[in-house]
Amino acid sequence: MGEVVEVNGPIVTIREAGIRNGDQVTIGELGLVGEVIHIRHADALVQVYESTESLRPGEQVHGLGHPLSVELGPGLLGQIFDGVQRPLDEIMRQSGEHIGRGLELSALDRTRSWHYVPEEDLVVGARLHGGEVLGRVRETGVIEHRVLAPPECRGEIIEHAPEGDYTIDEIVARVRSEAGSVEDLRMYHRWPVREPRPYRARSSGNQPLITGQRILDTFFPLLKGGKAAVPGPFGAGKTIVQQQIARWSNADIVLYVGCGERGNELVEILQTFPELIDPYSGRSLMERTFLVANTSNMPVVAREASIYVGVTMAEYYRDQGYDVVMVADSTSRWAEALREVAGRLGQMPVEEGYPAYLASRLAAFYERAGTVDTLAGGSGSVSLIGAVSPPGGDFSEPVTSHTKEIIRTFWALSKPLADARHYPAVSWLDSFTDYAERAGRWWTREVSPDWPLRRQQALTLLTDADELERIVNLVGPEALSSAQRWVLESAGLVKEAVLQQSALDEIDSFCSPHKQFKLLDLVLRFHRGGADLIDLGVPVEQLTELPFGGELARLKSSVPNDDLAPLDDYWKHIDNAFDRLRVEYSGGSAKP
Amino acid sequence: MSEIEYRRVDSIHGALMFLRKVDGVALGDRVLIRDRDGRRRNGQVIRSSDELVMVQVFEGTDNLDLENTWVRFLDQPFELALSPDMLGRNFNGIGEPRDDRPPIVSSVRRNVNGSPVNPAARAYPREFIQTGVSTIDGLNSLVRGQKLPVFSGSGLPHNRLAAQIVRQARLPGDSSNFVIVFAAMGVSYSDARFFEHEFESSGVLRNVVMFVNLANDPPMERLILPRTALTAAEYLAYDLDHHVLVVITDMTNYAEALREVATEKGDVPSRKGYPGYLYSDLAEIYERAGRLRDRHGSITMIPILSMPSDDITHPIPDLTGYITEGQIVLSRELHGKSVYPPVNVPPSLSRLMKDGIGKDDTREDHPRVASQLYAAYTRALEARNLASIIGAEELSGRDRRYLQFADRFETSFVSQGESEERNIIETLDLAWELLSLLPPGVLGRVTAEDLRKYHSWEEGG
Repeated sequence: MGEVVEVNGPIVTIREAGIRNGDQVTIGELGLVGEVIHIRHADALVQVYESTESLRPGEQVHGLGHPLSVELGPGLLGQIFDGVQRPLDEIMRQSGEHIGRGLELSALDRTRSWHYVPEEDLVVGARLHGGEVLGRVRETGVIEHRVLAPPECRGEIIEHAPEGDYTIDEIVARVRSEAGSVEDLRMYHRWPVREPRPYRARSSGNQPLITGQRILDTFFPLLKGGKAAVPGPFGAGKTIVQQQIARWSNADIVLYVGCGERGNELVEILQTFPELIDPYSGRSLMERTFLVANTSNMPVVAREASIYVGVTMAEYYRDQGYDVVMVADSTSRWAEALREVAGRLGQMPVEEGYPAYLASRLAAFYERAGTVDTLAGGSGSVSLIGAVSPPGGDFSEPVTSHTKEIIRTFWALSKPLADARHYPAVSWLDSFTDYAERAGRWWTREVSPDWPLRRQQALTLLTDADELERIVNLVGPEALSSAQRWVLESAGLVKEAVLQQSALDEIDSFCSPHKQFKLLDLVLRFHRGGADLIDLGVPVEQLTELPFGGELARLKSSVPNDDLAPLDDYWKHIDNAFDRLRVEYSGGSAKP
Repeated sequence: MSEIEYRRVDSIHGALMFLRKVDGVALGDRVLIRDRDGRRRNGQVIRSSDELVMVQVFEGTDNLDLENTWVRFLDQPFELALSPDMLGRNFNGIGEPRDDRPPIVSSVRRNVNGSPVNPAARAYPREFIQTGVSTIDGLNSLVRGQKLPVFSGSGLPHNRLAAQIVRQARLPGDSSNFVIVFAAMGVSYSDARFFEHEFESSGVLRNVVMFVNLANDPPMERLILPRTALTAAEYLAYDLDHHVLVVITDMTNYAEALREVATEKGDVPSRKGYPGYLYSDLAEIYERAGRLRDRHGSITMIPILSMPSDDITHPIPDLTGYITEGQIVLSRELHGKSVYPPVNVPPSLSRLMKDGIGKDDTREDHPRVASQLYAAYTRALEARNLASIIGAEELSGRDRRYLQFADRFETSFVSQGESEERNIIETLDLAWELLSLLPPGVLGRVTAEDLRKYHSWEEGG
């Protein structure tokens, strides 16, 4: 037992013999929980996850003897946890509408019983190895929870519970190790959050993560097990992009980590997700979703922890063989928490006050993404998607620039697009992806062999148009040829009819891969058809006067995913009009 | 309450005072300081060890010396006494009366720092507030429980706009009025007087609680004033079931006071000398707006901040924008064209608009009309930009229409009288009148049905 020596905001200096770096401690009468982050002679510096107001020097400190760790077992899905894995619903039951301090709460419900089905071959006498599936529990309507043996456990099963209802505190199996010690296994185990969970081998993913957002899936795809960043100034729509991914992505499980962001955004998820239907399973989205919330007004140190708490839980479901997407909004707030703690420790700042280890911490975090062969013998993935909030929208600031070097897909949000309410405001000029080729194989196989070509054509059209716009802004549109003006028109149509997508529109909110391709193909055909006519001498004005622009832009929200025939019909409609012009200008002969 | 007075001041600088060898002082405790003339000042413990205690003095440390300064630790945090009698009163930053009337006496006392609201206890704000201002109602709708700041600059009419919102804000079909908490930090006497006069002349003064710190009042008091004011707001909203509208001005002065203390403490600066925790600190204030699931009242917040050199990327507006649910940005250019309110439409935003408008709340076409106006206006600004290079005569027919649209949009939609109250239907009808200047072929954000119903396009018209 030790005592408090100094209180400096969230950093408390304690004096306690024999404490280890990383250990958790409880402090004072209130029992505030913290973590040792620095040992200096006889003193240890503790970062405290709760407000230290009213704490005084001389109060007692108890070491808990273990680092910050999380409980992993059935009952995580559908929950909302704080930054150190305490369920917020339970906090509310205990301390009302405001978050109390020093509450001792376990993450998983102790009273609920689960219907446990043991693995058939894991009978008494069988060998059990670490991370193996011990039994199964139906966690929600869509997710079967595979109860895993703790990764470091191995030995001979000497007892295994029969199928039946158990609470997580009941012992379901006993294992005798080679050394002869007996370990009791329950449906949950603990794991330290700062240590990546082990796996058998890494593999390279080849499945795109389909989000139903055209600019993401078609133009800058992400693979399952990949890492992506969404940087953008405030008001550019980071949160909506993140929420759309959480809603519609074809992952098995989605974890949303609200890190230093607005309380109301999490409320929105909590209130809308249970009513939203997952397009893949046809069940409530909340059955595959869970949340970690450290809102901007909650203590800053728990913000630092929340990212690790989140990714550890994501890895746990990966180890069960699921594809997990973790969305972290925003990694900048996490970096700021790091900066605040570093500042209080008097560490030398390098860039904009951030400590020198910012880049390595960021890299280590994103490295926990990936597709793996699990210890249980299956395959699973964690995709990490981090929002970045650069001050002043400046992408050269430390968090954005370091992140950019680590991630493979970069969805850069643009303020001018957001100002025009062009959402998602993902810039087609500043974004990039390294996964286009691997994703392209899937699209070629599942959707159309023309996909890589169409994607490239569209991107070329957009970059060409950008170039031309610069010319127009210098010398006016008269300087452009008819063909060039048509490029501008068509690029505008790609933006309005394909890239712009309303999250609020019932039909357009989620766009299936086939519809994505057909829409793009239609607009590009329109472009090529028009370009051919211009070659024949049709004035570009005559083409722009046609009523197709506004109508093409509306197709995305009138044609449903399950009936794409109207898109083909619409092309016939355009083609007829083009044909008439062709006849008029080529002197009689219709289609060549 | 501790009766021991210490005379162990070790050093003094700026707003900080250090005491040596005072045992067991709790972080955040309130401190009373008595100087050689017996005058009292207020302070708060911001760092405490068994060796040294750091106290922040709200009235500043001028004229204090080491020998004749007596310090008492009250062994309790900063608290505010709360009662319904606060309505109609005027206080300073630490809750002492400024209006020659007796202090509030009550058994209800709360820590001004509050404690974070559990996100699970929040209710999502979705009730449309009609402010009667077209650029807000039509394009950036405010909902009950939202925090929507006004980003302004020196000399722009943010006070008049805030006063107009306070006067006109109501829920359609609801007669109950807002109770107002007005928090002013570092404002001039005339600005404070302007608001007081506004409240008086619109007859709401008895529904207003004012917390005022003028430009010549102690700057450190600004650090606690918004917290005091929000503690009062929370009491009015959640204990007394009022819908509270909190107007806070000017957040820039608050952030500057924070920077001053941070620099004195030796905190590592991040951007422009502001401490790295400016974001979290501002969030502690802004996030106290909202609605709670099981409470009737609500707190809607309109903070006003002036952007230094009109720079929206300056840390104060920048971090504010990351926390608040949108922003109303004022434009010097429009102000120069005598457009009132000079709302700069493209960078303005309301994040909570989407759930407060539409079929059941305002009108079914509202979300699409707003999006279409944004798209058309930014397109029109491009046309205007082009016209300034090549001349309006050279523009295509379509671009000339856009040019006309931009002008009409600014003079008849953005611009309105200071006492002109447009209801939401009037605002939307006006929007369609403007969209009718453009051919239906370029209006891709509205549906075909919207066009049939509201758009009156005449070819060549």
